Amino acid sequence: MSERSNEEWLRDLSEPGPRREAALNDLRELLVRGLGYALAKYQSVTEADIEDFAQDAVLKILDALDTFRGEARLTTWANKIAVHVAFTELRRRRWKDVSLEQMIEMPDGEPIPRTWVDPAAGTEQQVLQHELLEVVRQVIAEELTDRQRQALVAARIQGVPLAELARRMDTSRNALYKLLFDARQRLQRRLLSKGLSKDDILAAFGD
Amino acid sequence: MPSDPSAIRIAQVRLLIHEIVTTRLDEMDCPECFEHMDYFADLILNGASTAGVMPRLQEHLERCVHCREEFEALLVAVRGLQ
Repeated sequence: MSERSNEEWLRDLSEPGPRREAALNDLRELLVRGLGYALAKYQSVTEADIEDFAQDAVLKILDALDTFRGEARLTTWANKIAVHVAFTELRRRRWKDVSLEQMIEMPDGEPIPRTWVDPAAGTEQQVLQHELLEVVRQVIAEELTDRQRQALVAARIQGVPLAELARRMDTSRNALYKLLFDARQRLQRRLLSKGLSKDDILAAFGD
Repeated sequence: MPSDPSAIRIAQVRLLIHEIVTTRLDEMDCPECFEHMDYFADLILNGASTAGVMPRLQEHLERCVHCREEFEALLVAVRGLQ
């Protein structure tokens, strides 16, 4: 495969003709190889999947070519798009049969069960952790809106990706981010109102 | 990621607390992180020191498991291609 500078990639991908065909083939091959490395540890991913992801990514890259800022290598930028295409699809598959009700379900009836114990913490630290977690539970139960609570439980307790959750909650990923941000801000205010510094709280949880 | 459910739960709660405490008005969101992660990946792959570089992006990567997952996969991809 020919080594191209960013300028050469942009020139070759932009002009119709045989040079563009060659560049497209090189790009697709590069993304297939890159995704092969990136997804090697995911056993459910097939070679056909990787071909599909690379093909989808090539189309997205061509669409976005005029937004390329030239700060990174074009091949890194293109691999970023391919990785994003692949993970978006893998997450969609992973969550496609899970309903919103299941996403917001709390197996113990609470976002953080009262039996939660950090075995690595000393006794005093555990007492402090319990106090702080009680504040978090209280805010989640009493102060967040229903949608904030649903979003927080699904995204942060169940680990649902925002794009998948946004689809179920009939909203956009950006709006969901804002909803979660507001919830986190409220939780932060209430935690800090206990008189501890941010560093104290992080230290209490071993950070 | 540990396979023991209680270990997962402990890690999740730690991450939640970390995320709450480090919430900032000017924090980076996922689309902005995506926009800049290729540049940051190239810095790392070129062997540059990242201490103090793009702190908002680094904070986002610490906070957001999904962006971190993609960023790490990007590093693996580009390293493999080098």
